[in-house]
Amino acid sequence: MFESILLTIATAATPLLIAAIGELVVERSGVLNLGVEGMMLMGAVTGFGAALATGNPWIGVLAAIVVGALFSLLFGFLALTLATNQVATGLALTLLGIGLSGMIGTAFIGQPGVKLTAIYIPGLTDLPMGRFFFGQDPLFYISILLVAAVGWFLFRTRAGLTLRSIGDSHTAAHALGIKVIPIRYAAVAFGGACAGLAGAQMSLVYTSQWIENMTAGRGWIALALVVFASWRPWRVLLGAYLFGAITIAQLHVQALSVNDIPVASGAMWIVSESGRWLLGLLKSVPAQFLSSLPYLATVVVLVLISRNRRMTLINTPASLGKPFVPDR
Amino acid sequence: MKKLLIALAASAAAIVASSGAMAQDKMKACFIYVGPIGDFGWSYQHHQGALEMQKALGGEEKVEIAYLESVPEGADAERAITNFARSGCKIIFTTSFGYMDATNAVAAKFPDIKFEHATGFKRDTENVSTYNSKFHEGRYVQGVIAAKMSQKGVAGYIASFPIPEVVMGINAFVLGAQSVNPDFKVKVVWANTWFDPGKEADAAKALLDQGVDVITQHTDSTAPMQVAAERKVKAFGQASDMIKFGPETQLTAIVDDWGPYYTERVKALMDGTYKQIDIWGGMKEGHVVMAPYLNMPDDVKKAAEEVQAKITDGSFNPFTGPIKKQDGSEWLAAGAVAPDGELLGLNFYVNGVDDQLPKN
Repeated sequence: MFESILLTIATAATPLLIAAIGELVVERSGVLNLGVEGMMLMGAVTGFGAALATGNPWIGVLAAIVVGALFSLLFGFLALTLATNQVATGLALTLLGIGLSGMIGTAFIGQPGVKLTAIYIPGLTDLPMGRFFFGQDPLFYISILLVAAVGWFLFRTRAGLTLRSIGDSHTAAHALGIKVIPIRYAAVAFGGACAGLAGAQMSLVYTSQWIENMTAGRGWIALALVVFASWRPWRVLLGAYLFGAITIAQLHVQALSVNDIPVASGAMWIVSESGRWLLGLLKSVPAQFLSSLPYLATVVVLVLISRNRRMTLINTPASLGKPFVPDR
Repeated sequence: MKKLLIALAASAAAIVASSGAMAQDKMKACFIYVGPIGDFGWSYQHHQGALEMQKALGGEEKVEIAYLESVPEGADAERAITNFARSGCKIIFTTSFGYMDATNAVAAKFPDIKFEHATGFKRDTENVSTYNSKFHEGRYVQGVIAAKMSQKGVAGYIASFPIPEVVMGINAFVLGAQSVNPDFKVKVVWANTWFDPGKEADAAKALLDQGVDVITQHTDSTAPMQVAAERKVKAFGQASDMIKFGPETQLTAIVDDWGPYYTERVKALMDGTYKQIDIWGGMKEGHVVMAPYLNMPDDVKKAAEEVQAKITDGSFNPFTGPIKKQDGSEWLAAGAVAPDGELLGLNFYVNGVDDQLPKN
């Protein structure tokens, strides 16, 4: 049961993680793209459609990545080339994504999709905990690799340093001859590709179906996770899994009954009794409150992190959300 | 932003509508939906009903249909309904509980137009009718099947919000199950959403991890059905026939069939026999339809069909005493039938539900 719960948590955390790690790169370059939800939906609908048409989920994944990136370039053109307000443009992208994906997806409603199946490595998958480490869907491993790759790129490579410098001061970077706009375009496209991939995870792994607005606000959670992580890649991983874990745990608290915990005798009596007492306490809390726990936990951690103001400022991209207009 | 969208959508609908208003003898029926018609659940089924009505009454040449999707409940709804009323609609169906006050307010201003409000109870003026369906009748049948199919005697129930409609469904399911196995238990998980495929799937997984071996839901997506199919347990569909998502999983589904009602009402308006009504239709009226009974042994199927037949011909009401409340006190004495008014405000569990009802 423990392994099964972990698997559920991983599936719930993966779309948040992928979308958030993409947005982290975008924001590190100084651009705030609030269109994550819309891009995820576009990825979800194209991923579903392409997989359904070809019967191959990998084609769906690729299509979602490409469409996510292309869709984000629409934001790029407006916010970077035309220097529009990034908040308004991002919101518009989300609204467009919701509507457009709904329209494209009309034909897919009520159709079972193609599922991207979990991997199986003979021997390894059968080990204890093997299904968690060696038997999940490929996108789980890709999400972990993405975090490692982004962490390495941002803090261990020259290109990553350049990208962060643009995020901290685009005017200074421009003065040094760094091409601010093209690099930001690349970052935005990467963020879009990740959001598209996260959408494909929703419609090909999490639930293999297409329904209008199926991401149900996960794009916004991903945006919050980036701030939660104070723009550090590994903390995004932590945040996504914390959020996923609390979401799943509260469902288990609801389903578990006090009588499901056996009354043990001897030394284990204390353990079983305190377990029963704790569950009883949790179950006396209304389910609506339990549902809000993941959000509450996010806020609490956010408060704790931001207590150290200096560290927060060091990590925050100073030019975040400011349009860049080169003077010549 | 959302308001702006609604206004735009409403004016677009008004333009479409005004061009159609030229032909005066043509019937125009308008629908307000709370969700997208692509939700494959509540709004989807209402829209299917609208299309069925149009087809049954002679197609586009005879009946024109206009609709607005994702209209928020509250002040925006009043504007959307008013726009419809001004654009030549002769009958307007508002298909969510939250449109109740807006529907009555607009109806008072347009006495010549007929208004039909789903799941509400206010009929302030003569041109407002209300309609609803007894979905709990279907849930009772599901309970009977669940108790016969379950090896462990525990079912999982994914619920949305603790409103009377949902509580009624849980109680009916438990009563149905206990009519077969008096010790049958139901574990309830509140998802606190009508619609979030991911979360619904998570809820289904949590219930299965805790040992239930049959699943039912009162949320709108097909995600729990898919999880059940993957884990090779049985499940019930919701709102639509979800057999495609679990060909070897779905036992049956409660299908909301609004088509006959919409057809009947619009036809009555065309014939001039239209009257104000308040209807709470169930299996008898054809509002609640069960998807084919599949993936079960013949004796279970037979038992389910028998219960369905008894509910349909009116000889049996799922809420017939003796019924005890969750705390063990008596609710209905032997032979007593719960009055409709009490059911529509139901806020407690019957005995056998393994959950504490969240309070509003």
